Amino acid sequence: MGSALPPDGFTLLGGRIPYIEGPLKVTGRAEYTDDLQRPGMLVGRLLRSPWAHARIRSIDVSAARSLPGVYAVLTGERYPTPFGVLPITHDETAIAVGKVRYIGDILAAVAAQDEPTAERAIALIRVEVEPLAEHTDPKVGVTPVTDPIHDRGLNGSNVQKEVAQHFGDVDAAFARAAQTVRVRGSFAGVTHAFTEPMATIAEATPDGRLTVWSATQVPHYLHRALSEVLGLPMHRIRVIKPEVGGGFGGKSDPLPHEIACAALALETGRPVKVLFDREDVFLTNHGRHPTQNDLRVAADADGRLLAYDLSAVIDGGAWSSFGTVTTYYNGVLAMGPYRVPNFRYHGRRVYTNRPPSGAMRAHGGTNVRYTVEVALDELAEKVGIDPFELRRRNALPPHSTTVNQFRITSTSFLACLDAVRAASGWDAAFRQLPYGEGIGLGCGFYISGSNSPIHFTPKMPQSTVHLKVDMDGGIAVHSMQADIGQGSNTLLAAIVAEVVGVALERVHVIRVDSDVSPIDLGSYSSRVTFMMGNAARRAAEDLRTRLVRGASELLGYPPEQIRVGRERFEVAHRPDVSVTYLEALHRAMERTGALTAAGAYSSPPMGGSFKGARAGTAPAYSFAAYVARVRVDAETGEYRVGKMWAAFDCGRPLNRLAVEGQIEGSIHMGLGQLMGETLNYRGARLMNPSLLDYKIPMPAQMPEVECLLVGEDDPEGPFGAKEAGEGPLVATLPAVANALYDAVGVRFTDLPITPEKVVKGIELRQREGRPWKGE
Amino acid sequence: MSGLRALVRLTLNGHPVEVSCPDERVLLDLVREELHLTGTKRGCDLGTCGCCTVLLDGRPTLSCLTLARLADGRSLTTIEGLSPGTGLSPVQRAFVEHGATQCGFCTPGFIVAATALLGEHPHPTREEVVRGLSGNLCRCTGYAKIIEAVLAAAEGR
Repeated sequence: MGSALPPDGFTLLGGRIPYIEGPLKVTGRAEYTDDLQRPGMLVGRLLRSPWAHARIRSIDVSAARSLPGVYAVLTGERYPTPFGVLPITHDETAIAVGKVRYIGDILAAVAAQDEPTAERAIALIRVEVEPLAEHTDPKVGVTPVTDPIHDRGLNGSNVQKEVAQHFGDVDAAFARAAQTVRVRGSFAGVTHAFTEPMATIAEATPDGRLTVWSATQVPHYLHRALSEVLGLPMHRIRVIKPEVGGGFGGKSDPLPHEIACAALALETGRPVKVLFDREDVFLTNHGRHPTQNDLRVAADADGRLLAYDLSAVIDGGAWSSFGTVTTYYNGVLAMGPYRVPNFRYHGRRVYTNRPPSGAMRAHGGTNVRYTVEVALDELAEKVGIDPFELRRRNALPPHSTTVNQFRITSTSFLACLDAVRAASGWDAAFRQLPYGEGIGLGCGFYISGSNSPIHFTPKMPQSTVHLKVDMDGGIAVHSMQADIGQGSNTLLAAIVAEVVGVALERVHVIRVDSDVSPIDLGSYSSRVTFMMGNAARRAAEDLRTRLVRGASELLGYPPEQIRVGRERFEVAHRPDVSVTYLEALHRAMERTGALTAAGAYSSPPMGGSFKGARAGTAPAYSFAAYVARVRVDAETGEYRVGKMWAAFDCGRPLNRLAVEGQIEGSIHMGLGQLMGETLNYRGARLMNPSLLDYKIPMPAQMPEVECLLVGEDDPEGPFGAKEAGEGPLVATLPAVANALYDAVGVRFTDLPITPEKVVKGIELRQREGRPWKGE
Repeated sequence: MSGLRALVRLTLNGHPVEVSCPDERVLLDLVREELHLTGTKRGCDLGTCGCCTVLLDGRPTLSCLTLARLADGRSLTTIEGLSPGTGLSPVQRAFVEHGATQCGFCTPGFIVAATALLGEHPHPTREEVVRGLSGNLCRCTGYAKIIEAVLAAAEGR
């Protein structure tokens, strides 16, 4: 494919930039946590609870401790300080204290000389418990229960978080509505299924320091949690992020095993590795919440939206994790890409004795988006207009505000609609394909980074980038942004190279290491391109200013007349008068030695002043319009998505290769959730904790994907860019569901849509005497 | 644990190697723990993800399901054995240029599988590529750029 010359005079940005760690990854030389060895390293093993809910009466570790080759056995009371990703819901401990809350909860941790010894030690631990009532139905958990899972549940219930919001007057809007639609969605739990199991290595050294290598998306939150629970000041802890084999949200919480591993290292004075097997990964979960939602939509006779009345009950599992955010997002992310003048939301996230739910790609936005887009498809049919027309009539304009005070700046949503309508041949296909074939539209809206950082007051930047250049001319880039495969290292290097005017290979992105990397809040909420990108641009401009001053002194022209060329600095009106990059650098270094430069980004103030007003505010939003083509075998219910057209507004795409990769990968994940992925429970027990029984789509199941990148520059994004990491997922599911409706005339609201449900849906429709498309 | 040990003599990436390991050791552990070649990845320990794919006598093999002693007398090629000297093989180069890696954890397995596929079908159709890679899972890319890269490598692009 090569790299076409990007527009606007950029040499890199806007083109197709291969990932800079690609050569290491294709040769097996990229280093993930499990690839690292430390001298004298011990094996860490965890004893997991076989009980879903029980009070711990006693744990006898004496036999395990006295086994030769065992260096430490820890139980919960050694480090009982609670932690959690959100400061307001610290309800986890590294190792269970007093109670276990799900099958898989950690009861004890062992460090031993080798694997067999560690496993023998685990088998020698004797635990006595008093079983407690098991809670597996979130709808029951909203009322007071016997033995609530946490003390913090509201009024003796298992409700972790309840949100009630009302903007405008929803009841009055419904009273005057010409059309109403109601969709009740049901969503099974799904999980990230990244390929790299979690792994952590910790080493305490005699200088009083602790080093932790871990497969994490957010090194900074891990750093904080380690400090809080272990009682060590942050400056005595060093967190290093090796390559991470995928995260999708599943490695964004600080996780109990990371802290337990560090505790074992402190206890033994030896390096300790905890490596998960696939069952451990499934039991740690933090995947997308099983959810039931209920949406009523009111519209006028022309299909103009008047109100949404929305509620959701969300299964949180055993811990809070990001749950307070999840509860808000399942409501507020119903806003956009449409103008909805009245909005009411009642959301409850409920603890259950199941593996914790958490943040998963397009966190909080995926399930509610499905329900909205299916409802709008139905509304268009009721009003008697094309689904595209319905969406055009309701599109949020640029530079507007939603009823719940989201600040919308750039939106190319209409351009997305136009592009995907034309490319997909919609007008010749919709409701015109033969029975069993269908085409459907689903749209998307997602935050481009959370305006509300989890840990910082608004005074501290959300991203910081430092640069260092010495006489060799290589530029070392330091930042705690976390590349987990999405290509943020590549973008960071490309922005610096572009601004300074040097070749990409001069820029070295240094592995995340809290000793040298200035804080960036890591990879979650689709924030990295926007926030790190702005910080990187500012740092590079800072560096360029110093280089230009050096060039100015050498050339004898004032800095404002110096222009950045390719590895040169030249006089703007006399390009023949120039110095090389290295000449300018060496001049600039004469006073200070190696040059350093810094850039930071903080999002501007935004949002209303009501409770929960910050949830869902973002410095920009992405928009999407996807069309899916499906073919259904009405006899067996099997269906296949043949093609997806994905029109996406990420502002200006800075690396087209990466943006396409994010869209294609998001479609994979969205189709998985829609078509079959399910965390299957029998009561509290997860029945399919393996990639054999939890099936993600294989190559043969993927449709052809055509990416249409139509965004215009965002006013505040780096070079006009917005997010492309999570928003591309949400439109996928409803596009296919609406295509299934076009194919067989059945609305599917219970995910995943299995072939069995397709057959049952068709049979029900036939029994009700509603023929479809001349069937 | 049987306590028995096996002596395994094999050709590893073109060089003769002799290594002793517990009888029940699987090939993945032999490669990663005893031979210290960490390019071969452990993803599921169940033969489902393909991250641990190696070539045994040129055939793609799931090293997590293969006893190490079965490699005795055979030729084992891991991802480390696929690059010529310090450069990249055509498949590796295509994966880089086409953005077929994201997190990269599944990549060695895909490269090994794709190399074997192209050895057997130098000019595969798209369907043959899809079939040839059906033993490997990727959660990042949706496979689109992986398939594109393999086709490009076949065409010498």
